[in-house]
Amino acid sequence: MNPVVIRTITRVLVPFIQLFGLYIIVHGPVSPGGGFQGGVVVGSSIILVALAYGLDDAEAMVNHRIRIIMDCVGSLVYAGIGLLGIAAGGLFLQYGIIPLPFPPARINNLMIFLIGSAIGVHIMALVLSLFLHTAKEAEVDD
Amino acid sequence: MRRINTILVLLVLSAIGFVMSLAVINMPEFGDINAPIHMHVAPRYMQMSYEETGVPNMVTAILADYRGYDTLGELTVIFAGGVAVLSVSGRKRK
Repeated sequence: MNPVVIRTITRVLVPFIQLFGLYIIVHGPVSPGGGFQGGVVVGSSIILVALAYGLDDAEAMVNHRIRIIMDCVGSLVYAGIGLLGIAAGGLFLQYGIIPLPFPPARINNLMIFLIGSAIGVHIMALVLSLFLHTAKEAEVDD
Repeated sequence: MRRINTILVLLVLSAIGFVMSLAVINMPEFGDINAPIHMHVAPRYMQMSYEETGVPNMVTAILADYRGYDTLGELTVIFAGGVAVLSVSGRKRK
């Protein structure tokens, strides 16, 4: 099979897939979608790069250290936003009470958006890690 | 011995099947408005979720606000699973 076709199509498609994934993450509070789904879409775009160009190119795009950092940042941002509610004198994960110069519903909306983005970052790094490590393992075994 | 085992398994399975059929027969009609599942919290979510959370998407409002703990736990489970996989197969590259 001629890799030129696959590589060219990948080069054209990947930005659009990533844009669509970001759209799903960002529009989580408004339309069907959210962090989990969008994160998987963005992660799978880089899996496509790994399939077309090889594992090393995908690894160069998002390397191991960055993936671990994204993983941890994603979950910590969620827990941290939950703790902000306690710091503002409310309950854990009570967003509306966080003191920002907006009405409570607006703050809620913003925090849910941030949480969705955090989930997206986390899931994207995780999906990518699972694929790249399993694929590398298989490559080493051969 | 084999035959006794088979008969025993058949008896237990048919007993379980009988009890489950009883439970299914007593379930409310599919799509029934007055079913308990539609009476408890669902009306509150449908009527109040936009005012209470400021998010037009009801599913996101439930996931991220009413059931925020649950989603955080979900994320933690996935995180733990990922860390476990990485610690098993994430060896240093040569």
